[in-house]
Amino acid sequence: MAGTSNPTQIDGQLFEFLLRQGDNVLVLGHRTSEWCGVAPALEEDIALTNTALDLIGQTQLWLGYAGEVEGKGRSANDLAFLRDVYDFRNVLMLEVPNEDFGRTLMRQFLFDAFQVPWLTALCASSNQNVADIAAKSVKEAIYHLDRSTETVIALGDGTEESNARMQSALDYLWPYVGELFGEDDVDKAMHEAGVAPMPATLRGDWETTVNSTLSQACLTLPDSKFAHSGGRTGFRHTEHLGHMLATMQTLQRSYPGAAW
Amino acid sequence: MALASISEAQVWDWLEDVPDPEIPVISVVDLGVVRAVNVMDSNAVEVTVTPTYSGCPAMAVISMDIETALAKQGIKKISLKTQIAPAWTTDWLSEKGRARLESYGIAPPRAAGGPERCPRCKSEAVERVSQFGSTPCKAQWRCAECLEPFDYFKCI
Ligand SMILES: [Zn+2]
Repeated sequence: MAGTSNPTQIDGQLFEFLLRQGDNVLVLGHRTSEWCGVAPALEEDIALTNTALDLIGQTQLWLGYAGEVEGKGRSANDLAFLRDVYDFRNVLMLEVPNEDFGRTLMRQFLFDAFQVPWLTALCASSNQNVADIAAKSVKEAIYHLDRSTETVIALGDGTEESNARMQSALDYLWPYVGELFGEDDVDKAMHEAGVAPMPATLRGDWETTVNSTLSQACLTLPDSKFAHSGGRTGFRHTEHLGHMLATMQTLQRSYPGAAW
Repeated sequence: MALASISEAQVWDWLEDVPDPEIPVISVVDLGVVRAVNVMDSNAVEVTVTPTYSGCPAMAVISMDIETALAKQGIKKISLKTQIAPAWTTDWLSEKGRARLESYGIAPPRAAGGPERCPRCKSEAVERVSQFGSTPCKAQWRCAECLEPFDYFKCI
């Protein structure tokens, strides 16, 4: 690719970047909301739905701005409810099923541990809208990380059963964490424009948080360096995302433009 | 009713009477979500609001309540602007608002990360039940003295 870029190209890449931010919180927000009414305890039910609410709120900010940048008149709702699987740009880790409470909280923790330093860095973005959305979101992310860290430690350092479930959640999710630190042309363009750091530069911070928490949780870090990819480029999602979208989008698909 | 002229202070006064829909003992001004009032002319007012939490479902109701309250005062053109920066912080809760929260049974936010005392019996022996509560801005705590559970306004 030639090193020169024109404004349209930058806008296109900024749009991609914004979809990645918005789709991450949208997909995790929807997954988390699946616990509404069925969580193991009332307090956890309330915590999960409040977390989902924060994530969906952040989605509105990211996708709202994405629609503005795209300039085709699409709203945050249009982007959330009227795109197909291959248009989504979330990392794969966030779309796999909840499975159980343990995996849900382990995933939340692995994501929160990334999101806190990531959003903190974005607060210094050269793009004022990105900086403002990050500053709003990071307060919520810090709160989420507090809770997911405590819960991962409590369950990991809990009973034999809860420890085994947390270890299996970690083993299952581990091959998906690498995608958080991916780098491609969009990342490079955002880095050059001062919009965002390269995600890979956050890996050290992330590992510090994760290693210390997992060791307090009596869990063993998997050895494997294998990393699935394809979510944040839209190249290859898991088979799970389509099922999730079928549920999430059914109303807007069946009754286009429905509002209340 | 047409008003000869209105001042910004007058509009702030009116907004002082608009209760927060989820915690009606404090006003939207006490909550700190009203960031600016701009009187364009005797018939047109612009109010800038900021959300507490990004997904707070009360924001739509708050906007509607502000419009209704100003319309009642005879303002014809009311525009509401939403701004997210600077991000809302519990530092913006007014002193009056904090006192009212406590007498209503909700412990006001503290930088230390937890309530100072039970809003009911004032005992300092309190413990956390959950980091989240009945609305995005609250957490659940319990008093070890009077044994009552209570809401704590989260500090962000
Ligand atoms: Zn008490």
